[in-house]
Amino acid sequence: MRAVISVLGKEFRSYLGSPAGFVFLTAFLALSSWLFFRLFFLLGQASMRPFFAVMPWLFLFFVPAAAMRMWAEERKLGTDEILLTLPATEGSLVVGKFLAGLAFLALAIALTFPVPIVVSLVGNPDPGPLIGGYLGLVLLGAAYLSIGLFASSITENQIVAFIVATALCFALLIVGEDVVLVAVPARLAPVLRYLGLQQHFASIARGVIDTRDLVYYGSVIALFLSLNARAVESRKWR
Amino acid sequence: MTSTGVHPVGRPPVIDIRGITKRFGATTAVDDVSFRVHAGEVVGFLGPNAAGKTTTMRVLTCFLAPDAGTAAVAGFDIHDDPLEVRRRIGYLPESAPLYLDMGVIEHLRFIAEMRGLPRDSIDGRVREMIDVCGLGGVLAKDVGELSKGYRQRVGLAVTMIHDPEILVLDEPTTGLDPSQIIEIRELIRGIGREKTVILSTHILPEVEATSTRVLIINEGRIVATGTPGELASMAMGGERVRISLRAPREEARGLLETLPRASVVEALGDGEDGFQEFALSGDDGVALTDEVFDLARERGWRLRELKRERATLEDVFLRLTTGDAEEDGSESAKEREQ
Repeated sequence: MRAVISVLGKEFRSYLGSPAGFVFLTAFLALSSWLFFRLFFLLGQASMRPFFAVMPWLFLFFVPAAAMRMWAEERKLGTDEILLTLPATEGSLVVGKFLAGLAFLALAIALTFPVPIVVSLVGNPDPGPLIGGYLGLVLLGAAYLSIGLFASSITENQIVAFIVATALCFALLIVGEDVVLVAVPARLAPVLRYLGLQQHFASIARGVIDTRDLVYYGSVIALFLSLNARAVESRKWR
Repeated sequence: MTSTGVHPVGRPPVIDIRGITKRFGATTAVDDVSFRVHAGEVVGFLGPNAAGKTTTMRVLTCFLAPDAGTAAVAGFDIHDDPLEVRRRIGYLPESAPLYLDMGVIEHLRFIAEMRGLPRDSIDGRVREMIDVCGLGGVLAKDVGELSKGYRQRVGLAVTMIHDPEILVLDEPTTGLDPSQIIEIRELIRGIGREKTVILSTHILPEVEATSTRVLIINEGRIVATGTPGELASMAMGGERVRISLRAPREEARGLLETLPRASVVEALGDGEDGFQEFALSGDDGVALTDEVFDLARERGWRLRELKRERATLEDVFLRLTTGDAEEDGSESAKEREQ
């Protein structure tokens, strides 16, 4: 447990202490606000819906970028040889890094607060979708992050980690879309629909917090974190 | 150099490596290596580059799993209790990888926390390491801004922060300037008085300066072990005496060969002013020099040089790792026949 907290603290400070962290936050806030306000004034609706609709696509690039460094850099600089010879299990290192990434992501999400403030100033948005939307964002970000961490653990090249993570997240995002579902055998369709990230996000963003969605996100995160721990562990056998 | 080649009987070894083999694809990096290290030993792990030193150390620190064999550290097996093994070892990997974006104190604190040091003891321990490793002048800097020498010191501080029983140091002085090397060696010698140390290097004087026992590894196998002195006499097949005297060459050679202590006589060539140079080998160098002196006095030869030569670790190393040994042997044998 102490190892988890130590790693979490170290990685989180590393985000905030590096120029990359600030570039990330600035770019994310600028892009998300611009995409939202452009539509906001165009549509003239006091709704957060356009904001949450664009987020899964924005996260597709930002979250893998936030995660790509985590393991790949350790390997590149050789610091994994320090980290993995400390008396800590692979699992606690993985969880520590994941929580640090999640804390950073939560910070980025929290910094979008001017958006709901502006929306409530000009209108009267429903609190359900607002809370649900933000919760959905955190869960979506956490799922992407676990995929990004896994991708980072299988290479020492951060660019490769980024591309692999984006591709995996993209696949998971669109697998439940109608475009995909019409192209597969009818039997598979419900399975793929369940697997698609988009549907679960949309359902939470409507303000409906369903256990099935929570279980889904929990499973995706657990799966990729355990794959991550496996990948780290398996390097001993290379 | 003190010798601890002989171990206290009955005390279990602190490190017990049994038949470790590790392959990377078609290359066998470590081939059935076994050795033991007892408490308080400073073992120099010597070998050319790519001989298997780093791989052996990585197996010992549970960073790599061996394909065959196992190792135990303080009674804990690397397969069954890797965390207990890691807890007892301080490991400085080759070229001291560190988190470059962290400050010196921040880095030491991070490792101390990860090592599970009690919270109230961390600050004191960090200060102690800063003193021991001479880091007082660079505390305001990030590790990435430090020179190679200082990074190595931070690496050592990180390695020792939890006061481990065993230190595993992979080429601790590579890339340092001569005065830094001396400082780091002093530090290691100091540590070696209380702890068990394995240190790898391909720099021979380093081993002579720090180690009580030497393991020579080549192509993944241990080819020799002993104190630096033992290895030196082993390489020579006894001791060598070098002489330079003024005498007719063949007569001198014939008479030198009759000396009871001389097993091999090599004629090294003509020196200046009619002096002839020879190298004699024998088991007992002291007795051999006496015999040479007596012979020269008896024959009235002028003796300019009479010197016992000890093999350096370098000789041992070259013989064992390049396969020159056999050639040398056959050459001297041939010369003797002539």
